[in-house]
Amino acid sequence: MYSYTDFDAAFLKERNAQFRAQVERRIDGSLTEDEFKPLRLMNGLYLQLHAYMLRVAIPYGTLNSRQMHKLADIADKWDKGYGHFTTRQNIQYNWPKLRDVPDMLDALAEVDMHAIQTSGNTIRNVTADHFAGAAADEIADPRPVAELIRQWSTDHPEFQFLPRKFKVAVTGSPNDRAVTRAHDIGLRMVTRDGEAGFEVIVGGGLGRTPMIGKVIREFLPRADLLPYLEAIVSVYNLLGRRDNKYKARIKITVHENGLDDFRARVEERFALIRPQFTGVDQQMLSAIEAEFAPPVFRDAPVTAFEDARRHYPAFRSWADTNLTEHRAAGYAIVTVSLKAHGATPGDATSAQMRLMADLAKRYGHDELRISHEQNVILPHVHKSDLPSVYSALAAAGLGTANVGLISDIIACPGMDYCALATARSIPIAQEIATRFEELKLEHDIGPLKIKISGCINACGHHHVGHIGILGLDRAGVENYQITLGGDSTEDAAIGTRAGPGFSAEDIIPAIERLVRAYLELRSEPAETFLQTYRRLGLEPFKAALYPEARANAA
Amino acid sequence: MSILVTDTGFAPDNWAEPIVTLGVANDATALDVPSDADPATIPLCDGLQLIRVDFPSSADGRGFTIARQLRLRGFTGRLRARGHVLADQYAMARRSGFDEVEISKELAARQPEDQWRFRANWRENDYQTRLRTHKPAKA
Repeated sequence: MYSYTDFDAAFLKERNAQFRAQVERRIDGSLTEDEFKPLRLMNGLYLQLHAYMLRVAIPYGTLNSRQMHKLADIADKWDKGYGHFTTRQNIQYNWPKLRDVPDMLDALAEVDMHAIQTSGNTIRNVTADHFAGAAADEIADPRPVAELIRQWSTDHPEFQFLPRKFKVAVTGSPNDRAVTRAHDIGLRMVTRDGEAGFEVIVGGGLGRTPMIGKVIREFLPRADLLPYLEAIVSVYNLLGRRDNKYKARIKITVHENGLDDFRARVEERFALIRPQFTGVDQQMLSAIEAEFAPPVFRDAPVTAFEDARRHYPAFRSWADTNLTEHRAAGYAIVTVSLKAHGATPGDATSAQMRLMADLAKRYGHDELRISHEQNVILPHVHKSDLPSVYSALAAAGLGTANVGLISDIIACPGMDYCALATARSIPIAQEIATRFEELKLEHDIGPLKIKISGCINACGHHHVGHIGILGLDRAGVENYQITLGGDSTEDAAIGTRAGPGFSAEDIIPAIERLVRAYLELRSEPAETFLQTYRRLGLEPFKAALYPEARANAA
Repeated sequence: MSILVTDTGFAPDNWAEPIVTLGVANDATALDVPSDADPATIPLCDGLQLIRVDFPSSADGRGFTIARQLRLRGFTGRLRARGHVLADQYAMARRSGFDEVEISKELAARQPEDQWRFRANWRENDYQTRLRTHKPAKA
């Protein structure tokens, strides 16, 4: 794992001192509220419905036990004893006081963490595959490159006042777990004739105008990465629209100017910028790569795991859903579900954070990850330790065996916290999870991704949910629209709207009808919801959602 | 009179020549450039000594890229940011290639000299310098 250089530490100390002064200067009137707003946003401080919210970056989702302990301490000292893990591999504190925030940032700096560029019209926290460095299907670990991008984008003098926010994601696996096609820039690590490089995708995004990103460069040599990124953002900074915030994202810039025109501008800009990078960045990348050397894995029997799996049904159920194949023999990737049935998706108490930190330290080579699906991952656990890990997790309410299933729901904070929201998301997620737990159907249903957003800005990724739910406000009443067939993987697709929306009371039964229809329609139990939808199309699901329409037509 | 900010603090504007709006004349010694200008098309004639880039709002970051592009195109003259630029943006302006910032008396009263001097150490703690061969903002 990356640990801060003296430079990183000195930078952060200075940055935090600057922000402390900015808070004072806001209070003494040197800065107007309009002037202060982008400055606090680029330091992670967002104004929500009831209070400020501090969004802390967990770069490329990787952290160690010491950092997780600090997140727990901050939750206890300055918040209400919990934190919320987000779809962008951040953690949000919902109740900080403005005066306390500089102290919170100093506390984070003690463990090499910050809240820089987690909000505002800046290049945001760079995200990556949460199984990086552990997954069996990986070509290369994307985190060194993500760290290089973090350093390049941090406090970049040209790009602190962009037309709109700008999100970059990196994956090193052909199985895209980083949703690269729904980012302003998505990077897929590829090789061509033995040379390492990137496929560069631009202009993806969800929000009110969902778009799947387009390939702007099929193969970009590794050493060209930073100047090419700089060229893209530089072109966007001047060309992106500033007259309408809903048309300001790069996806609209690319769409309105056309990919070919945009590409030509980027290539021209790239030619100008490229000579600035003389290889120092590549030397730094090599040094960063050394820090991400894999842990020393041990060779030990896995009989304890196999015995537990044979004898304990609860353990078997958890092992079958929450483990992913590791590249090292005898190891597994553990996904700790933050989606206990009826709980708020992505929330963890300080006690839970500490427990996960301690388990990582004891059994997991001191590493944790945050996934964009709002779960916590222990990437390197030897299988013989899994029974102990499971027992400890289960005792703390973290043993839910539902990863990838219907109750493993992504939900934005919705109207419970967010000033932008038009409907509640969290209670809908809770009710769906509780209902299918009552029915004892979720393991039979199998892989199914439900994603819920409480407004058109789509923080809950509803467009790429197999079932997406979008909460809107219709004349003061919550109304939930369903989209079907979305996909966040390398086969990325935007879901199709099924028809008229449902009230908060009717949405849960509607989802149940939909899922029961799938169980009837699937060709065999192994055919997933998404596969069945792709085979049969919208119609049979529509019929299940709107039985009265069919009755009327008959 | 407006106020000129440099690394040494506040000073009165010492540029006495007329500053010509971009597009009006091609042989000006000083050019005024709006924030929506395309830096690739700004004529860099031999006699050009000063370019002044407008910042209509502190939230409008186009001027930073305009400055960087002008430097990459080889402009070595005096480069000035003018308008609604905050003390908090002084380091960004300098790192992007500006030499100085021109602000109004009202802004200078609200954000006095010490707040700008606080950012005069813009050469320190700069990731960009670390990542590439450092070229001083002004050759």
